Amino acid sequence: MKTFKKFLGGVLLLVIVVAFLVAWTAIPWQGVVLLAVVLAVWMVATRRGRQTWQVTRVGLSTVSQRIGSSSVVVVGIAGVVGVLVAMLAMSEGFAETLRASGNDHTAIVLRGGSQAELNSVLDRDSANVVVQAPGVKKGPQGRPIASGELVVVANLPRKGDPNSDSNVPIRGVSDDVWALRENVKIIEGRAFKPGLRELIVGKGAKGQFEGLDVGKSLRLAGQTWTIVGVFDSHDALDSELWGDTQSVASAYRRGSTVQSVTVLLDSPQAFDTFKASLAADPRLKVDVSTTQAYFSKQSEALTKTLRIVGITVGIIMAIGAVFGALNTMFAAIQARAREIATLRAIGFRGVPVVVSVMLETMLLALLGGVIGAGVVWLIFHNYTASTLGANFSQVVFQFQVGPALLWTGLKWALAIGFIGGLFPALRAARVPVTTALREL
Amino acid sequence: MKYFHLIWAALFRRKARTFFTLISILAAFLLFGMLDATRSAFDSGDSVIGVDRLITTSRYSIIQSLPVSLGEQMKAIPGVKDVGESNWFGGIYQDPKNFVLSFAVSDNYFDIYHEIQLAPEQRKAYENTRTGAIVGEALAKRFGWKIGDKIPLQSTIFPQRNGDKTWPFDIVGIYTAAPGAANGTDQQFFFHHKYFEDANAFRSIGTTVGWYNVRLNSANDADRVAKAIDALSANSDHETKTQTEQAFNASFAKQIGDIGLIVTAIMGAVFFTLILLTGNTMAQAVRERTNELAVLKTIGFSSHSVLYMVLAESVLLLVIGGVLGLGLAGVIVPIVAKGSGGMLNLPPVGTQTWLLGAVLMLVIGAIVGALPALRAMRLNIVDALAGR
Repeated sequence: MKTFKKFLGGVLLLVIVVAFLVAWTAIPWQGVVLLAVVLAVWMVATRRGRQTWQVTRVGLSTVSQRIGSSSVVVVGIAGVVGVLVAMLAMSEGFAETLRASGNDHTAIVLRGGSQAELNSVLDRDSANVVVQAPGVKKGPQGRPIASGELVVVANLPRKGDPNSDSNVPIRGVSDDVWALRENVKIIEGRAFKPGLRELIVGKGAKGQFEGLDVGKSLRLAGQTWTIVGVFDSHDALDSELWGDTQSVASAYRRGSTVQSVTVLLDSPQAFDTFKASLAADPRLKVDVSTTQAYFSKQSEALTKTLRIVGITVGIIMAIGAVFGALNTMFAAIQARAREIATLRAIGFRGVPVVVSVMLETMLLALLGGVIGAGVVWLIFHNYTASTLGANFSQVVFQFQVGPALLWTGLKWALAIGFIGGLFPALRAARVPVTTALREL
Repeated sequence: MKYFHLIWAALFRRKARTFFTLISILAAFLLFGMLDATRSAFDSGDSVIGVDRLITTSRYSIIQSLPVSLGEQMKAIPGVKDVGESNWFGGIYQDPKNFVLSFAVSDNYFDIYHEIQLAPEQRKAYENTRTGAIVGEALAKRFGWKIGDKIPLQSTIFPQRNGDKTWPFDIVGIYTAAPGAANGTDQQFFFHHKYFEDANAFRSIGTTVGWYNVRLNSANDADRVAKAIDALSANSDHETKTQTEQAFNASFAKQIGDIGLIVTAIMGAVFFTLILLTGNTMAQAVRERTNELAVLKTIGFSSHSVLYMVLAESVLLLVIGGVLGLGLAGVIVPIVAKGSGGMLNLPPVGTQTWLLGAVLMLVIGAIVGALPALRAMRLNIVDALAGR
C-alpha cells in the first residue's frame, strides 16, 4: 500500500511538472507578471505567506555561505540561456533581413523552376512580355515600372583576411529600380551612371569585404569598375554591389538576357491578375511570386536549421543544468536540514518550506538567465555576420537580440529553476521531523 | 587498481548526487559529440589524400567558366601529372529538397581522384555508356539506386537542347571512398563531360570548362605550379586562380560562416559549466567524507594514496559520464543526419572525436579532482577526526 501511494505520488509529480512546462510555454508575459503579483500579495497578506517570507529570508541570507554551489545553478543556467539566445538571435536576424527584403506590392519573375536568380535566365522577348502584363503599375510616361536584373558573383576578400575569398553578388539593375525599391537610399557618393562601368555598394557589403570604399576601383571580368557610392536598404540587398544592367551584361557576355524581372504592382491585390495572365501566356514558362514570398522562402531552410540546432542544444544543456540545480538544491537543504526541521517542529507547515526552497532556486535561476541573456545581448546584439545565401553568394545580416528573445531566455531559466527546485523542496517538507533532527 | 572497489564505493556513496552529476556530464559529452560531428562536416579540407591536387577556377567568380584551350597549356607545365575538367550541374532528384552533388567530369577525373574506388568492370561500363553515371555509395543508399537504374536528374541551371530540364542518366557504377577520403566523398554523382556539352542548350562541345582539377607529381611543387598556371592567363579576360584543394575547400567552409568559431564558443560555455558543476560535486563529496578519509589515513594509507584515490574518483566519474554521452551521440547523430533528409551531412562520431573526448575526460577529471584531492592529502588526522 505504501509503495503504491509512493508510486501514485511520483506519477502525480510528473504530471505536475509536465503540466507546468506546457502551461509555462503558452503563458504570455502579462500572465507571469500576474503570477508574481499574486505570489507577492499572498506573501504579504496571509499568515502562511508571511511564514514563507521568513523562511525564504533565512535561506537567502545563507546563500553567501553556499556561494560555490549556488553559482553552479547561476552559471549553468546562464550557459543554457546564452547559447539558446545566441542561436535564436542568429536565426532571427537572418530571417528578418530576408523578410525585410521583400514586400507585397512588388513581384519577381524567374524562369520556371529556377528557385534563385542565379539559376534563372529570361531572354529579352520574355522580359518584354512580363513587363506588359496587366497589374503592372505604369510610370508618368505610361511605361511600366520594372527592372530587368542580372546577378553575377564576384570573388572579394573578407576584411582583415586578404587571402579569403567570398562570393559577393553584383546586381545589374535598370533605372526603375529606385521607384521599385523605395527603401534604398544613397548614403555616400552618388548613383551609378547608366552605360558606365560604375558600381554602388551596399552598406553591409562595404563593412564585410575589402576595398569597397568610394573612389576605389575593382577588377571584374577583366575590366576595371569604379565605386561611386554607398547605399543603405536595411535588408539583404545591403550585401550587394549594384551596377547598370547593360554594363554588367556586356562585361559578363550575357547579351540581352536577364535573370529576373521585378515589377511594381498597381496594388497588392493586382498580384493575382498579374500571375494568372503570365501563367496563361503560352510564350512563357516562368515562376511568379511577390518579392515578399520569394525572399522569405530563401531564409526558410537556414532559419529552420538554426532554430532546430539552437533548441536541441538548448534542451540538452538544460537537462544538464536541471540536474546541476537538483544537486545544488539537494545539497542546500541537506546543509539546512536541521534548521528546516526545527522550523517545522515549532509549527511551520510544509507549504512555506516548499515555496521558499522553490523561490530560492528560481531566484538563482532568474539571476542566471539575466546574466546569460545579458552577456549575449552585450556581445551579439547587432553583431554582423554573413553566410552563403540562395544565390550562392554572401548575405550580410545582423544578430537580433530583441525583447522577445530575451523573454524566451528568461522563461527557459525559470522553467529550469522550477524543476530543479521542486524535488528538493518536496524532500525538505517530507522528511520526518524526528529523522531530520536526529540525522546531524 | 587494488583500491578500485574503494574508489567505486566512494563514488556511489550518495547515489542520487552521483547520478545527477553523471547526467550533467553525459549531457555535456553528448553535445560535444554532436558539435564535433557538425564541425567535421564543415571541415572537409583536412583529408591528406588530396595534398597533390590543385584546383584552377576563374579568378573573378566561381560562376564563370574557363576556355578549354587552357587545359592543354596546363598539361605542358613541368610538375603537372594530369589535368581533369569539371562542371557544376546543380542536380536535384524528383523534389527540390533532394539536392544531389553532381558534376560533369572528364574521364581522367577518376585517376586524379584516386580515393574514388570503382570496380574495373564498372569503370569500363561507364566509359562505354554515353549517359552513364557513377554515384557514391552513400548517395545510392539514400535514394535506393542500383546499378542498371535509369535516373532522371533535374538541373537547376542547365536545360537540354530541347528545352527539357530533366536529364536521363544510367547508373553504371557505385563507388566507395577510400579510407581517409574527405567527408562527403561518397555522396557525389559523376557523369560524362561530353554528354553534358553534347546535350546542353548553352554549352557546345570543347569550348568551356567549369574548373580544372590538376594532379601534381609532387605536393612540394604546389606553389610553383599554381603560379605557373595563373601566369598562363594573366591579364586576359579569363584570369585564373589556382589553389590547393585544401585551401579551396577551406574557403568554401568559411563562406558558410565561421561554424568552427560558433561551435568552439558553445563548447566553451558547456565545458565551463561542466567543470564548475563537477568540481563542486567533488568538493562536496570530499568535505562530507573528511571523517572517512581521516580513518583511512589513520589505518595507514599514505597522503599520496589518498590524493590519488580522490583524483581517480573524479576521473572515473568523468569517464563514465563521458563514455555514456559520446556513446549516445554515436546513436543520435546518424538519426539526426537521416532525419534532415541529407541536408545535414553529418559523419558518424569517429575515432578522432573519441580520442579528443577521452583526452577531455581525463584532463577535466584531473582539474576537477585536483583541489579536493589536495585538500584530502593535507588532512590533519587529529583535526579531521575531531570534526574541526
